[in-house]
Amino acid sequence: MNQKVIALLAGLLFGAGLAASGMNDSNVVQGFLDVSGAWNPSLMFVMAAALMLTIPGFQYFLRRKPILAQSFKLPNLKNIDRQLVTGAIIFGVGWGLVGLCPGPAIAALGYLNWEGIVFVLAMLAGAKFRQLQVA
Amino acid sequence: MISALQAVPYLSVLSGGLLIGLAALLLFAFNGRIAGVCGITFSLIKRHPSFSTTAWRWLFLVGLVAGTLLYHFLTSTPFPEPPNNSLPLLIAGGLLVGYGTSMGSGCTSGHGVCGIARFSTRSITATACFMLAGIVSLFIFKHLLGWSI
Repeated sequence: MNQKVIALLAGLLFGAGLAASGMNDSNVVQGFLDVSGAWNPSLMFVMAAALMLTIPGFQYFLRRKPILAQSFKLPNLKNIDRQLVTGAIIFGVGWGLVGLCPGPAIAALGYLNWEGIVFVLAMLAGAKFRQLQVA
Repeated sequence: MISALQAVPYLSVLSGGLLIGLAALLLFAFNGRIAGVCGITFSLIKRHPSFSTTAWRWLFLVGLVAGTLLYHFLTSTPFPEPPNNSLPLLIAGGLLVGYGTSMGSGCTSGHGVCGIARFSTRSITATACFMLAGIVSLFIFKHLLGWSI
């Protein structure tokens, strides 16, 4: 099996997981962030279930080598800097406003509703703007 | 609080979470890659990406869309409602999410699911920041300003 097959399979499972868990529904995600309203804790359990697999799995493989690749491609940055914190806060503001983060936004493109398509185009524009700014 | 916990559809929520974790683990264990959807997507719109190095990213994203659709068709689950936001707010939200995840090098999947599993202090910090910012932002827009979001 090669890496392209794994990438496709991982995408399929990820997309199915987002749909199954309700994370493609912006109302469910906003329900999690709405701690003073009708709180919906779903997102917390989705993350907990995902981490139950990724924490032991990542820790196991980090001490070894990837099965098909020469090495792990990990971020070089180690320090907590202003960019990380400011970027995460800006992301959080947009996330609260609409209830979509990049994963569900892309996955929900298949629903073919104009709201989701507009959101993804704006998201790409925002990312491109940042790329040009630091280039 | 108790009724909120009782209202969670645990079977689908937990199995969905396990699928997401399995997907992230597969990509990491086999390919040595982080399943961060914003990183994967935004590297495709950088200047001069070559197809040979980006093919896996396209395949992952195609799988993401197809996996979601397959789930709905195989389980006969209806599609969720689209976001309630007006056009200007959708655009503003998209710009903030794209800009912020680029600047902060990650989103819910890259920092939240993969970064925390690597015990990365940057990812743990970022996840705390965007969750807190999301809670505050929703409170201000929805409850203080009374916007329909």
